[in-house]
Amino acid sequence: MSEESTTASRSYLTPFNMIAGIIIVLGLIVTVLRFTKGLATVTNLSDYNPWGIWIGFDLMVGVSLAAGGYVTSAAVYLFGMKKYHSAVRPAILTGFLGYALVVLALHYDVGRPWRLPYPFLVQQGTTSLLFEVAACVALYLTVLFLEFSPAALEWLGLKKIRQWIVRFTLVLTIFGVVLSTLHQSSLGALFLIAPSKLHPLWYSSYLPVYFFITSIIAGLSMVIFEGTLAHRYFAHKMDPVHLEEKDQVALGFGKAAALVLAGYFIIKVIGISAGNHWHLLGTGYGIWYLVELLGFVGLPCFLYALGVREKNLVLIRWTAVLTVIGVVLNRLNISLIAFNWHLPSSERYFPHWMEIVISAFIVTIGLVAYRFIVSRMPIFYEHPDYKESH
Amino acid sequence: MEGMFLTLHEFMVYTKGITYILMVLALLGITGFWLFLTEGDEAEK
Repeated sequence: MSEESTTASRSYLTPFNMIAGIIIVLGLIVTVLRFTKGLATVTNLSDYNPWGIWIGFDLMVGVSLAAGGYVTSAAVYLFGMKKYHSAVRPAILTGFLGYALVVLALHYDVGRPWRLPYPFLVQQGTTSLLFEVAACVALYLTVLFLEFSPAALEWLGLKKIRQWIVRFTLVLTIFGVVLSTLHQSSLGALFLIAPSKLHPLWYSSYLPVYFFITSIIAGLSMVIFEGTLAHRYFAHKMDPVHLEEKDQVALGFGKAAALVLAGYFIIKVIGISAGNHWHLLGTGYGIWYLVELLGFVGLPCFLYALGVREKNLVLIRWTAVLTVIGVVLNRLNISLIAFNWHLPSSERYFPHWMEIVISAFIVTIGLVAYRFIVSRMPIFYEHPDYKESH
Repeated sequence: MEGMFLTLHEFMVYTKGITYILMVLALLGITGFWLFLTEGDEAEK
């Protein structure tokens, strides 16, 4: 074997590639099982628990964490905060991949992928919240694809199509914000139908508002978190403008997140008061609720504010991690942990290991696709042919 | 029997009373938090 080929083969055998490869192979095997043997073979879903982690984690968490796209593009293109422009493309890419993977995960839960267009073409359930979520996610995925496409078209050298799409940036941004407002809140509204199943501390008629506000918090925190990881692993791909603006993005988004978290904390407390659920705070579920409220809403709110005041970027970045975990916890609490809380433990849901494999498989596909795209397309830098064209 | 609500009216009067007090505290709190958050901005200018 020549020395050159040895070096090439060695470079592909990185820890990331090996772990990703194993997860993808396992995921493909479970995918075959899921679509040939059905849900019962690979999941612990039942009539009591029809939604497992493919909905609770892949969809609920996926959609909220992909909110960075609409939050960042709204800040830059609608509110004119041009100093955050370098954060737009990475945020749009994360949003686009996030929504694409949400749709992929939905196929595993729903099955029969060829029937995906049925709600639009065959049988419109226009009075259903699920129809609204499906319509918004389908439209928003298209919007994100169009918003992301200039980077791909610059890479491919298709200047005319790229110039044509860029003209619609503002319209696409407005459309994206409208669609996100609708479906982020509707995901929370899905649980309004189950007041007897969801624990009273988490159940509220304000659930749609809670979901929408937490999506803003998740979006802001994910931009900071993703920016930190990108700077660590792809700093060589970043141009001076991106490197210069990254601290400003963390400070600005951290400040916004602190304020939104403070508002969210207040309306959560108001929610307890409006339902008069104070007495439930002393129960086991109540303590778990306080962990979520104080540890993953109140604490990050204070830490963000402290980080912004003292311009402590390390603190802001760690707080972003804490906040992202908090949003994940909130979605899991509502869809799984506090759902069916009154059932005996023998009837409670715990994911089958193959469900976890599929969730890991989907996240891994996202990471691999992200790495493929940022290694090739102008995400962290301005393409030399299109400088000053924004 | 203390703490039990016999009518919706009693429940609403009690919960709204508490909520209104909390709202006043929240408005004061968010103002203080805003000052805490933006204190450094003035010095920068």
